[in-house]
Amino acid sequence: MKLTGAQIIVESLLAQGVDTIFGLPGGVVLPLYDALYGSKLKHILVRHEQGAVHMADGYSRATGRCGVALVTSGPGATNTVTGIATAYMDSIPMVVITGQVPANLIGNDAFQEADIVGITRPCTKHNYLVRDTKDLARTIKEAFYIATSGKPGPVLIDVPKDVLTKQAEFLYPESVHIRSYNPTVEGHIAQVKRAFEKIKASKKPVLYVGGGMILSNAADELFRFATGCHIPVTTTLMAMDSFPTRHELSLGMLGMHGTYAANMAMHEADVIIALGSRFDDRVTGNLAGFAPNADIIHVDIDPTSIGKNVAADIPVVGDLMDVMKKLNAMRAEDKTDWADAHREWLKTADEWKNLYPLRYDRSPEGKIKPQYVIQQAYELAKGMDPIFTTEVGQSQMWAAQFLTFEKPRTFLTSGGLGTMGYGLPAAIGAQAAFPNRLVVDIAGDGSIQMNIQELITAVQYGLNVKVAILNNGVLGMVHQWQELFFGKRYSASEFQVNPDFVKLAEAYGAVGLRATKESEVQDVLKEAYRTQKPVLMDFAVDREEKVFPMVPAGGTVKDILLA
Amino acid sequence: MRHTISILVENRFGVLTRVAGLFSGRGFNIESLTVAETQDPQVSRMTIVTRGEDRIIEQINKQLNKLIDVIKVTDVTAEEHVERELVLIKLNAEEKNRPEILRMTDIFRGKVVDVSARSYTVEITGSDSKIKAFLEMVRPLGIQEVARTGKVAISRGARTLAPKNK
Ligand SMILES: Cc1ncc(C[n+]2csc(CCOP(=O)(O)OP(=O)(O)O)c2C)c(N)n1
Repeated sequence: MKLTGAQIIVESLLAQGVDTIFGLPGGVVLPLYDALYGSKLKHILVRHEQGAVHMADGYSRATGRCGVALVTSGPGATNTVTGIATAYMDSIPMVVITGQVPANLIGNDAFQEADIVGITRPCTKHNYLVRDTKDLARTIKEAFYIATSGKPGPVLIDVPKDVLTKQAEFLYPESVHIRSYNPTVEGHIAQVKRAFEKIKASKKPVLYVGGGMILSNAADELFRFATGCHIPVTTTLMAMDSFPTRHELSLGMLGMHGTYAANMAMHEADVIIALGSRFDDRVTGNLAGFAPNADIIHVDIDPTSIGKNVAADIPVVGDLMDVMKKLNAMRAEDKTDWADAHREWLKTADEWKNLYPLRYDRSPEGKIKPQYVIQQAYELAKGMDPIFTTEVGQSQMWAAQFLTFEKPRTFLTSGGLGTMGYGLPAAIGAQAAFPNRLVVDIAGDGSIQMNIQELITAVQYGLNVKVAILNNGVLGMVHQWQELFFGKRYSASEFQVNPDFVKLAEAYGAVGLRATKESEVQDVLKEAYRTQKPVLMDFAVDREEKVFPMVPAGGTVKDILLA
Repeated sequence: MRHTISILVENRFGVLTRVAGLFSGRGFNIESLTVAETQDPQVSRMTIVTRGEDRIIEQINKQLNKLIDVIKVTDVTAEEHVERELVLIKLNAEEKNRPEILRMTDIFRGKVVDVSARSYTVEITGSDSKIKAFLEMVRPLGIQEVARTGKVAISRGARTLAPKNK
């Protein structure tokens, strides 16, 4: 059957199992929007294309399926770049379809032309300019395959207007074969065995877990391995939800704002088992002083991540699901008395945990501490199967430190790029995937203003997200650095004015709530969670509060600031 | 250390930019780069000469492999291989220089490919050291212009880089 390019895209997305896409139309994609009209694909109309991409990202992180965004050429396409880069840095599977000016005009500085393939080359896993309608279906199939396999990532497809309007025979390919792309999924058994033997011989092992554990859906296998072998677990920001926060083996987050126990354990470890983590500079600090005594086992699906920052003694390339299963199988056959083997080590780890737990002081005058809001945001959400998203800054770090996580895909945060403005649209994307779950964005007053326009999208579609703004009147994290490292010279970090967030919410047709005293916090949260509408909560928090512990950039655990 | 890396890529537009972008985006240096179609018109072969410590070269290899359009990457430096480069050199050709130019060209088994009243253009093919030696020898005669192709390389013996038919 012959279809237009626009129809082929819609049919291909349906064949791919896509149910929801996020986007905003414009000139060259009108034929595609026309094909969407009345189709079974649900389209969420955003107010800014960056929002569409973050929504697709939130949808993807919450479900594990590939998010899809659709925008027009030129400014529509360039508006997606921050969202794409955010997804790229965190390896989030996503397909972004951009319109392009007609093929014969490309390169002519035509109206609303932008070389989006060129612009996004360094921040996509792969991208395409489709030149012929008959290539569309295969390109879409390839794009989904590339986005979701190996180390996942965003793939962009740029489609000129004439490719949308011309016709071609439609047949959605059943499978794809790309001869130059064959990611290694299965961990080499001999390497896994070496890793297992190394773990067996260790006295002070640590599991250092990153976002790859979430991406490969292997958290259950991690739990089995950690508890079976009695090995403490520390996670990166990207993997807070890969291991239950309240489990006795949990050391919490490591790195710059990680716990004392996690950073000490890394420093004292004799074997570090890096699982889907990449020794980012926010984790290692000064490489010269990082984990001086440890042999490194590094498991990752991406060979380029291994040995990039820290040399691996035992590299294992493969999908964590496969490798963890193999490790668990080896453990099941093995007779080691793990509890005995690691008793001393776990005792030491406990001492570190008890010596400097994450903490803050409640205010004697009843001022609201941001950490308190976050703790309550979780406590009152228990049983509602919550998903938390974050913006970026102090609020994000406190969320990582003071939320409690029970299961994967419940903490959606921009780790690699650190994108302010991520949390609200990501929450909307997650809510679109799970209309009946509670989705809460932990926000700062700076970040929330970066994509506040999407509140109306939430209202329009009845996606009843809750936003908890920890309003300190400053770009808090910047303020903190200026206080600690720039002699309190607060250059351009203090908002002289802020909007009235309650009125703002009301103007959008959402609900606005405010708390100015600690005693009001619970009531505001309860009311927000009960309300069947999007809610903005404005918590006037103590601006003096800082994120601790802190290993200053380029430092080691020896430089840790505890308060 | 200097490395010569041979790469087979899909012969599609944009592939060269992806490879070049990978180097520039990560601060890796390219000394020379050549690219052209192979016996299979769907496949192009690139030869990149780069410098770096082993760790950097390993990253370059892995990063190249990660590009979707890259079919195969081989660092030929470590194996027996032949490397060649072609150079065109335009030399001052005053009366008194001409016999010396012809003599040098002959010794280096080059060719004079263009002649005018003021200049001779010589073509030399060879390894790095041969080209360097030739340039040294003719420099006193007055070099007007040099155009080099960059290096191409191929393994010795039966080994090939041909894509496996997976
Ligand atoms: C788009 C973007 N611009 C700038 C920054 C740099 N930055 C990091 S944290 C921060 C302050 C965030 O302030 P706010 O959202 O109010 O949160 P707080 O730190 O006060 O909790 C800034 C400006 C960033 N991460 N993202």
